Amino acid sequence: MRQVIIIGSGPAGFTAAIYAARANLNPVLVASSVEVGGELMKTTEVENFPGFPEGIQGPDLMAKMQEQAEKFGTEVLYDDVTELELDGEIKKVTLGSGTVLEAASVIYATGSAYRTLGIPGEERLSGHGVSWCATCDGFFFRERTIAVVGGGDSAMEEATFLTKFASKVYVIHRKDSLRASKIMQERAFANDKIEFIWNSAVEEVLGEDATTAVLLRNTVDGTTSELPVDGLFIAIGNDPRTHLVHGKLDLTAEGTIWVDGRTSRTSVPGVFAAGDVIDPTYRQAVTAAGSGTVAALDVEHFLAALSDGTTAESVLV
Amino acid sequence: MTAKATSQATWEQDVLQADGPILVDFWAEWCGPCRMVAPVLDQIQSENGDKITILKLNVDENPDLAMKYQITSIPAMKVFQGGEVKTTIIGAKPKFALEQDLAAFLG
Repeated sequence: MRQVIIIGSGPAGFTAAIYAARANLNPVLVASSVEVGGELMKTTEVENFPGFPEGIQGPDLMAKMQEQAEKFGTEVLYDDVTELELDGEIKKVTLGSGTVLEAASVIYATGSAYRTLGIPGEERLSGHGVSWCATCDGFFFRERTIAVVGGGDSAMEEATFLTKFASKVYVIHRKDSLRASKIMQERAFANDKIEFIWNSAVEEVLGEDATTAVLLRNTVDGTTSELPVDGLFIAIGNDPRTHLVHGKLDLTAEGTIWVDGRTSRTSVPGVFAAGDVIDPTYRQAVTAAGSGTVAALDVEHFLAALSDGTTAESVLV
Repeated sequence: MTAKATSQATWEQDVLQADGPILVDFWAEWCGPCRMVAPVLDQIQSENGDKITILKLNVDENPDLAMKYQITSIPAMKVFQGGEVKTTIIGAKPKFALEQDLAAFLG
């Protein structure tokens, strides 16, 4: 049996792994098969991670975090968790390959998944003009017209990035002001190719085999209109990835995993959670990394108490 | 056996004239999810060499084919049979999910 299994390969998972490995806990980290590195793999320049004044590419930052975790002995598995057994003193984690890992503790750091609009045409035209990843798909929209939905940092980043390819980028937002940070807003406002469409919601994605337009509804007066576009990039936020722990761990009203105060302790002894999956508010690479640190330190304390003969149920971190 | 490359020059022969099902992985160097799904496709190929042939098409080097098949999101995996597209899978997925999507061809 292992001491700790870390699930997730974003900043929270890898930072937890760095700390756990340096504490000689020999962590195994389940990184997923095709989403290794998490959300930052879809970003370009990361300008707000301390220590990189020149900025660093999201994928490079994640590669470095993984290198650092492996340097201290973290075992990284490129597989996906399909089932979890968290009750009892031995936690069981089943992987896509059929392997079952066992450990005294688990750090759950699965992050979040992009949110969908849930409107007609969205699913049908996904991959045919509807996209959630500007860095992956922007290339196919050279000299075309694109719309980005959303008002946060990721929407501003996507819109700005897409102007490298597109001739015109509309940003569609439900309100008349943005949630994005000032610097990202100003960069978007200053870009000649970007035009903002305020107080508007996308009601439907139109097109037979490919996206040709979006149907907009004005959120103030209720009027509708069609906006011809070749692509729609959706950046309206993320939801915590909790589907594997439903009914196993307590969740909050926001849908994140409940943790006890400032700790990473979940409702089940020996199970700790970190990163975006517990954070409805901040969701930054650096806050996720900090949260991963908390989880690793909590695990270290938990395992030390266990080896002193305390039962899992009575260990207070 | 890993997935081999195809191109505009050999497309007719490799894909359209081929007998069995051919999965074409439309990909590019700069696409992170494409790089991650590549070893998964190699694995599926090596385990199912008798049932399906997996080929890789670089969209940077073959823009006409990417345009012809209306690729706007990669990785895009299209299964051809008798020269026609039978199935399209968009986005990187774990092995078990891809195997599910390809169940009709993997038997």
